Amino acid sequence: MNAITNIPPTKAPSLQQALHDPVWIRGLLTVVAVGFIMLFLCLPLAIVMFEAFAKGWDAYGEALVQPDAQAAIRLTLLTALATVPLNTVFGVSAAWAITRFEFVGKSLLTTLIDLPFSVSPVISGLIFVLMFGAQGWFGAWLSAHDIKIIFAVPGIMLATLFITFPFVARELIPLMQEMGSEEEEAALSLGASGWQMFWQITLPNIKWALLYGVLLCNARAMGEFGAVSVVSGHIRGMTNTLPLHVEVSYNEYDFVGAFASASILAGLAIVTLILKSALEWQQGKH
Amino acid sequence: MSILLSNISKKFGKFSALNQINLEIPEGELVALLGPSGCGKTTLLRIIAGLEQADEGRVLLSGEDKTEQHVSHRGIGFVFQHYALFRHMTVFDNIAFGLRVKPKKQRPSETEIAKKVHALLELVQLDWLHDRFPDQLSGGQRQRIALARALAVEPSVLLLDEPFGALDASVRKDLRQWLRSLHHELNVTSIFVTHDQEEAMEVASQVVVLNHGRIEQQGAPSDIYDHPANAFVSKFIGQTNIFALAHHDTQWLQTTGLEIADNQQEQIAHVRPHDIDIQKALSDDSAQAILKDWQHLGALIRIELVKNLPDHSEATVYAEMPNEQFKQLQLNKGDKVSLRIRNAHWFH
Repeated sequence: MNAITNIPPTKAPSLQQALHDPVWIRGLLTVVAVGFIMLFLCLPLAIVMFEAFAKGWDAYGEALVQPDAQAAIRLTLLTALATVPLNTVFGVSAAWAITRFEFVGKSLLTTLIDLPFSVSPVISGLIFVLMFGAQGWFGAWLSAHDIKIIFAVPGIMLATLFITFPFVARELIPLMQEMGSEEEEAALSLGASGWQMFWQITLPNIKWALLYGVLLCNARAMGEFGAVSVVSGHIRGMTNTLPLHVEVSYNEYDFVGAFASASILAGLAIVTLILKSALEWQQGKH
Repeated sequence: MSILLSNISKKFGKFSALNQINLEIPEGELVALLGPSGCGKTTLLRIIAGLEQADEGRVLLSGEDKTEQHVSHRGIGFVFQHYALFRHMTVFDNIAFGLRVKPKKQRPSETEIAKKVHALLELVQLDWLHDRFPDQLSGGQRQRIALARALAVEPSVLLLDEPFGALDASVRKDLRQWLRSLHHELNVTSIFVTHDQEEAMEVASQVVVLNHGRIEQQGAPSDIYDHPANAFVSKFIGQTNIFALAHHDTQWLQTTGLEIADNQQEQIAHVRPHDIDIQKALSDDSAQAILKDWQHLGALIRIELVKNLPDHSEATVYAEMPNEQFKQLQLNKGDKVSLRIRNAHWFH
């Protein structure tokens, strides 16, 4: 009866050692990762905040209420407001076409969607200058009809639209591929119209990925520098977005102004990051 | 509702999935589309549903040409192999979906919808699951909910794509019987796709055998089993022993009691295992083989026999008989037995 209790307990550590790396490796990797994040992410962020408030709260506030900064904020918001909805519609349509239909040139379209990621933003901006600039293909026609695109708001919108169009589509395509179309076909077979199917079946299934894509698209639309810089012309109070305003202020030794604007963009990045993790958590839950 | 398909053809690129299919299904039947994978059976089902468009041919439901009609207007119920339940909706909302998307004028009130959904849930014996989500259900439950959802819109034709394909064996057996009795109760014309001949024979009132995008045979299960139209059907439906006279000893086959006419010399004989009788070998002139092994198949015993060919190679012959009968023979492994073949189907 008591034989079982007499057996000495086996030692667990042998299993532990087999499954885990030595402590010093774990410690080293953690230090490297944390150190890297501190040095390249937290430190710069801290410096931005430190410089923005270097001359106190009042100077910070003043830097942001001056007309040029206000105009830059307005233009940035306007640009995001115009491009994000457009690219949301485009992204959903493209993902739908690619995952639900068979057509000639499908793989070409998939590649083209990624183009803005592989082309340097400066080149993207330059394309629009070459097309719509005074010396560009449509330049003569545009100036004859008194339409301004380059060095004006429409150019900034076009460049931003181009730079941000992959975000939504790239989030949706893998998800919709994995989901397949059976639920949608089931909805149709039950008598649903195309719209009913989209709003009641497709959209609820893709909503978290869609929001995630929109969020990333928005962050890029507000933060884009290269392409916008080429087409904007840096006209103060007219065609400067926030990132451009940061550069102009800095070049003019207005450090508080530059870093105050930068702090807004950094704040946007942090909010985006928090929302992004919240969305990922939601997605994981479903 | 009766179904008539005329000259249906469908190609995917260069691959011809369906080739000039003509099929008539009378009202109220429970039909199995049976065939090996890649034979075009699912494509045919999707064409009837309107989920796929045929390259050629017409689809007529109750004599009405529905070839150009959109799937949402055909009045069919479709049950998908992997159920395709709406994952973000409860069981109740899944079943109510078809009623809620009806145009305003035809849409029942929410109380009527609730009444109908609960009636359907009772029909599939799952009323207690109404507030669950699909990922909280077992495979068999999901399948029954998918069926209830399809029945909610009172379809005139019910189409099921491999309805039991993703279920484990015991659940599958139960659901087969259940589907049969449900069909008996509702009497709605139903077609289901399967690659399992046993399932087709057990459930369907009519079986359509497909191969390489063509219909090989259509008929009642017993018809198809007893009178296979060709070698493919004979091989696909149940087990069969194949004797090619060109290779086999014709004399040997004749001594089994099988009659072979002169014009059958180039043909192939298909013999069902249960059409072979065995006995302990007594005389030398009867067709002989060695008893190699046997397996229990429930009430039946499958007996593995080895027969020597003229070129000194061996051929395996399978016979089947009831357990009791086999016990009475008192055979051991390695015994010589003599064979009698009662019946064979002849094909070129």
